[in-house]
Amino acid sequence: MSTSMLDQLYREVILDHHRHPRGRHELERIDIEESGLNPSCGDEVTLQFELDGDIIKDVAVIGRGCAVSTASGSMLAELVKGKTIEDARKIAEIFKRIMHGDDPPSEMDLGDLEALTGVRQFPVRVKCALLPWVTLLRAAVDASEKRAKVAGGEGEGSANGDG
Amino acid sequence: MSAEKTSQEPPFVWPELSGHFPALQRTVNAHRLVYLDTAATAQKPETVIRAEQAYYRDLNANVHRGIHTLAEEATAAYENCRTRVATLIEAPSPSSVVITRNATAAINLIARGLEHTLKPGDEIVLTEMEHHANLVPWIMLAARNGVVLRHIPITDGGELRLDALKELLSPKTRIVSLVHVSNVLGTINPVAEVAEAAHRAGAIVAVDAAQSVGHMPVSMKELGADLLVFSAHKCYGPMGLGFLAARPDLLDTMEPMEGGGEMINEVFLDRATWAEPPLKFEAGTPNVAAAAAFPAAIDYFENLGLDNVREHERMITQYALEKLAGLPGLVVFGPPDAARRGGLVSFHDPEVHPHDMATLLDQAGVAVRAGHHCAQPLHRRLGVVATTRASFGIYSTREDVDALCEGIRFARRYFS
Ligand SMILES: Cc1ncc(COP(=O)(O)O)c(C=O)c1O
Repeated sequence: MSTSMLDQLYREVILDHHRHPRGRHELERIDIEESGLNPSCGDEVTLQFELDGDIIKDVAVIGRGCAVSTASGSMLAELVKGKTIEDARKIAEIFKRIMHGDDPPSEMDLGDLEALTGVRQFPVRVKCALLPWVTLLRAAVDASEKRAKVAGGEGEGSANGDG
Repeated sequence: MSAEKTSQEPPFVWPELSGHFPALQRTVNAHRLVYLDTAATAQKPETVIRAEQAYYRDLNANVHRGIHTLAEEATAAYENCRTRVATLIEAPSPSSVVITRNATAAINLIARGLEHTLKPGDEIVLTEMEHHANLVPWIMLAARNGVVLRHIPITDGGELRLDALKELLSPKTRIVSLVHVSNVLGTINPVAEVAEAAHRAGAIVAVDAAQSVGHMPVSMKELGADLLVFSAHKCYGPMGLGFLAARPDLLDTMEPMEGGGEMINEVFLDRATWAEPPLKFEAGTPNVAAAAAFPAAIDYFENLGLDNVREHERMITQYALEKLAGLPGLVVFGPPDAARRGGLVSFHDPEVHPHDMATLLDQAGVAVRAGHHCAQPLHRRLGVVATTRASFGIYSTREDVDALCEGIRFARRYFS
């Protein structure tokens, strides 16, 4: 059986993240929670964030998935912890573009995530790699909506009161 | 090209048949293709491919419209498909067979067509093991008009709980719609028994025979089915072709779902009357090429004999069950005895996720399906998000099963 193609997909870092996924712990406080589902296979992932202002203080990644989506979620946990939500969102956007064929930007260090670019040779598996990241993108939208609400809270309240 | 010279003696393994299927001659990732995804779609024999080509080469014309020679021949070919299907499944008559796009379209047609006979609170009984094709059209119907959906539960062994059926049936039950052979568990359901109980309660019975027609003898009459659907592509025929066979009085009652050419009797600017069934349900230009080719597929498995085809699948499935049982920790779903199963086996490997399993097997040329196989509620019931499924056809051999098991062992080593 040929393993060279396979080793492109399942690089050693990926197998390591798959065997020992990061972010599999309970958070003290959950400020944002978002779940994602891959409807073609039923894989699911839930991301939980504990925030300190705009900073992601801690992140938990819970889910049932294949080696690729598990590794991708584990890398997410490692990469976004300590970053602002906006920076995490940018990484997710860039990673999404890379997985859809763009070249990785030279000025950016993707860390272990770079290893997942091999998945592009297996087009049906690209959505496995993206599942945690598109879930993060939705969580970022939640976060900004929440912030908008808090910021506009008083004004909104009085407007409702008037109505 | 015909299968006539083939040995029809036990043990019904026909390795020479694979030579009739062009796609099976391919290599995949430098390996012989081992195609174990027949339940998704069966490979097509050369005769079927030639028949579809011949339609476009020699005969291409629209049906039921021209009075020139090509149009007449095309119409005859199209109607011949209907007649052959009626005989194949023992439908009441050729005119009780509606030609559709696929099995899914046929079930949607039933739900839409009978909608006006159902009122809020009426009950439709399905099962926990249905394909989304026999769930979602009913969910959509319930959302539109308030019918209540109930489901026959299954045992942990993957069989219908007939004891529970008795409690589900009542004078409110209007339709019982169930799968003949489960595309995940493999279970062959006791449709005739269910139908008898349903009829006693005054309900009509619809059967999703997508996984059984062409793989075993299937008779509407013997099953007690008032309606029956299947797709040509799962039984060695072309894609884009399916069937709804139904009791003639039900077809009279059913409303058409689509309006347009061919389905009418008389049209005015503000009103129209419908053609008689089955044409009432066949608006627009159908897939005539597929219909012209499907009889070649029927010829193919009828030459082998459907009893022999069934025995072959039973034997390969039995062999697979025994081989898979030799892999420690592997969980196989469905009845333990191949005599109660169609030609497929779904399993869960605690060490290797189905997606990874399918990718690794593909590297060895073994094509399986991984995922929920359009049966999410069933997977929830089984307690897994996804399974890996190997499914068999007339060309499947013991060597194919051996390649599968070898691949699983390789995957386990790879991820250990
Ligand atoms: C049991 C069952 N019902 C219905 C279908 C739907 O068939 P089609 O996609 O051809 O409409 C399938 C195919 O996946 C099936 O296995």
